[in-house]
Amino acid sequence: MNLKRVLTVTKKEFIHIRRDKASMILALVAPVMMLLLFGFAVSTDVNDIRLAVCDQSNTMESRELIRSYENSAYFKVYTMTDNPQNAEKMIAAGNVKAALLIPTDFAKGLRRGEKEEVQILVDGSDPSIARTAANYAVMISNGYSLKVSSVKLMNTAAALNKSPGVDARAMIMYNPTLESSKFNVPGVVGLILQNITVILTAFAMVREREKGTIEQLIMTPVSSLELIVGKLIPYVFIGIYDYAIVLLLSYILFGVAIKGSILLLTLLGIIFLIGALAMGMLISTFAKTQLQAMQASLLVLLPSVLLSGFMFPREAMPKVVYAISTILPVTHFLIILRGIILKGVGISYLYKTATVLLALIIAIIAITVKKFTKKLD
Amino acid sequence: MEFAIEINNLSKKFGSFTAVNNISFSIPKGKIFGFLGPNGSGKSTTIRMLCGVITPTSGEGRVLGFDLYKNTEQIKQNIGYMSQRFGLYEDLTVNENIDFYGSIYLLAKEEMNERKKQLIEIAGLVGKEKSLAGTLSGGMKQKLALCCALIHQPQLLVLDEPTAGVDPVSRREFWKVITQLTATGITVLVTTHYMDEASICDIIGFIYNGDLITMNTPEELFEKHHTDNLEDIFIEYVSKLSSKDAVLSFKEIRQQGKEV
Ligand SMILES: Nc1ncnc2c1ncn2[C@@H]1O[C@H](COP(=O)(O)OP(=O)(O)OP(=O)(O)O)[C@@H](O)[C@H]1O
Ligand SMILES: [Mg+2]
Repeated sequence: MNLKRVLTVTKKEFIHIRRDKASMILALVAPVMMLLLFGFAVSTDVNDIRLAVCDQSNTMESRELIRSYENSAYFKVYTMTDNPQNAEKMIAAGNVKAALLIPTDFAKGLRRGEKEEVQILVDGSDPSIARTAANYAVMISNGYSLKVSSVKLMNTAAALNKSPGVDARAMIMYNPTLESSKFNVPGVVGLILQNITVILTAFAMVREREKGTIEQLIMTPVSSLELIVGKLIPYVFIGIYDYAIVLLLSYILFGVAIKGSILLLTLLGIIFLIGALAMGMLISTFAKTQLQAMQASLLVLLPSVLLSGFMFPREAMPKVVYAISTILPVTHFLIILRGIILKGVGISYLYKTATVLLALIIAIIAITVKKFTKKLD
Repeated sequence: MEFAIEINNLSKKFGSFTAVNNISFSIPKGKIFGFLGPNGSGKSTTIRMLCGVITPTSGEGRVLGFDLYKNTEQIKQNIGYMSQRFGLYEDLTVNENIDFYGSIYLLAKEEMNERKKQLIEIAGLVGKEKSLAGTLSGGMKQKLALCCALIHQPQLLVLDEPTAGVDPVSRREFWKVITQLTATGITVLVTTHYMDEASICDIIGFIYNGDLITMNTPEELFEKHHTDNLEDIFIEYVSKLSSKDAVLSFKEIRQQGKEV
């Protein structure tokens, strides 16, 4: 491998990127846009949940509890009713998302200094709202030092049947205000790092074939290794730039600071980046045109967004889907990202995940190298 | 006599399909060799074997004294190639394209710049150095491709249909450059479908369905076929070998069209 040739290819590749608007936007602007989109718009935060209140106690204490719900940003008292059945009906009709039922003898017990119970009904048809609504309700009531007798889900989508309390505790520990942007933003770093790199790499590799420039190039002494390494170098830089800019903006815009070691995160990030480069190259061995490369990239990227645990918790996935999510490198990288950024844990907690990630990436590289050498014959 | 290309019983099979079948020829240094044949007859495949890009199925050969199997690196370092399809980067400027290829051949900067200046002058691209290759006309693109193929002063220049889609004036300019170059001792291997161009060549090889049908100088071909029109000779070969009905001349086709 001759370094001058490698750098010659790299220089040429940089010119391509600089002169191609789509590549420039994808490399420099798209990461910022994706961060804003996932950070702000795809917020799974639930604010102002419409609440029906059935206050059968009608005492100072019960009104105080209702006020503490009102004062939280999470709930908004939509209607008051005397009849618990009415509250259920309103949930069924979709008028309210949750109902707070305060029993008649609520105040009596409290005055005696005993723990009292209230019931919360939550519309389970939108699981993510239901989960958060239930969590918030428990949180507020606990704050009021009550015992919530039961959180009953109505119209439930089956997935939510497991106790949300356990999840809630884990989240509350590291993200006390339960802001979904805190949870989403570290994930966005992983998705951006992967998606941008995969698409750009696949494009770069396919472009030479589609335009016919490879025919001229293979007649020169440049070896395929020199060519591949030279072409990949710019995308390593772009990946590192994207990684840095997204982390910086996460801090500035969303207040997400890295609690753990930046060094460890960056090291694992680079390993992940290498995997993404290999994936892009693998796609380029199948695709003949840039259009095909785009379609194939989407085929990889969609599962990464949907199955990696970025949007939906993997625990709730059917077994097959869960298995698929396990072979996606981004799934494991998300665990690492959230672990280091939100929880500040070190390698002693992450070594298992890191090992799986490394193994997956080595497998991808092996397949890519095999496909590539076969192709060149 | 020193030969630039010597091949012996060279064959290339793609699966069970034989693209090139046992061809042998020798081309002396400093000559222009025209390689003719209908579409799909195996010209580009032969060229790829000679350039060390694909491995022959059988047979042997040496290009510039380098073995086709063992010394492909040296072959690549010493030949210049220009493809059928414009193979340069349209989003790079004339200068950037030439610099790119110069650096790929590991030329030293001063040597490259000097050579580049010469070539741009010969090719008539002066003033276009900073234009994007994609904005050049068809003829100029071909001349740029020629510059890139010659930047490292190769001993053998391989041109696969260099003038496809180029207007008659630009074609002549192009060929003038080629003949000037051979005066400096470079050997040229060229394929073309333009028979007027082919008559410039010193030696003509005719390939059909992977078989080398004839190897001769134009003069000998003219004598043998009692005509000085290469196109007629080409058509005679094709119709004889394909047992197609004799192909009509354009004039005859036009007349027939009018009669109908
Ligand atoms: N990689 C390949 N795999 C399979 N078949 C091939 C391959 N390359 C070429 N061929 C076949 O070999 C035959 C010769 O092709 P080649 O490109 O050498 O023809 P050619 O003389 O250059 O034609 P043209 O004048 O159209 O350029 C064709 O039938 C072609 O389809
Ligand atoms: Mg051809």
